[in-house]
Amino acid sequence: MSLRSPLSKILGRGSAKQGVSHWWVQRVTAIALIPLTLWFAYQLIHLPLADYDAVRRWVATGLNPAWLLIFIGAVAWHSSLGVQVVIEDYVPHKGAKVVALLTSTFLHVVLAVVSSYAVLYIVITNFCGGIIPVGFLYLH
Amino acid sequence: MRQRPLSPHIGVYKFGYTMATSIVHRATGIVLSVGLIALTYWLIAAASGPESYTSAVTVLAGGLGQFLIGGWLFAFSYHLLNGLRHLNWDLGRGLEKAEARGSATIVVVATLLLAGAFIYAAFFAGVPR
Repeated sequence: MSLRSPLSKILGRGSAKQGVSHWWVQRVTAIALIPLTLWFAYQLIHLPLADYDAVRRWVATGLNPAWLLIFIGAVAWHSSLGVQVVIEDYVPHKGAKVVALLTSTFLHVVLAVVSSYAVLYIVITNFCGGIIPVGFLYLH
Repeated sequence: MRQRPLSPHIGVYKFGYTMATSIVHRATGIVLSVGLIALTYWLIAAASGPESYTSAVTVLAGGLGQFLIGGWLFAFSYHLLNGLRHLNWDLGRGLEKAEARGSATIVVVATLLLAGAFIYAAFFAGVPR
């Protein structure tokens, strides 16, 4: 670690050296999402969506939970980066911008973790068939 | 912080439809981000038991739910196809004005076809429900 501030920083110019990672991850997740979203759309079209048991069986079958977790991760990451850019470009007020960015980031993490946990919960309760009571979060 | 040169604001440009394809890419991205909430809601409902799932299906099968699903299918079609256009640009290809206009037209036409196919499969095809 260098304790010397680079000249560019002192003069207030130059990049923060993080833009490339943002740009790159946005593209990597975009490419990953091409097959993942098409797979997901194809599966949804062929699922009897109103059938609770069929949907749970599908979530827990084979590698489906693994693909679902990868899909959720890629979607949430890509979405978080995209929403970030839109907020940075269209929210001019600095305070509002920071609040919006934090809210978006927190929401994306919560949605990704909760939906991943739901997938795992379906898998576990599906295999344990009645041993663990089904009751993740009661939505009525 | 010293005064830096700013890039010209959107107002100085003459409106072109390639601008519209760019702003619609962002708009459809935001629409799809909202879809992430629906995906989470659906998975929680499936994890929570048959009653929760039935009530979630009732919401999603209702007027607003169907409207949103149609919107997400349309937004997904556009964002996917225009995203391919962006990835092609990232390779340094198709950046000439005429090429960008041509690909914009292709994306719009292909979106109508793909979204039409999705909406047909989701709402009209004889998939057992």
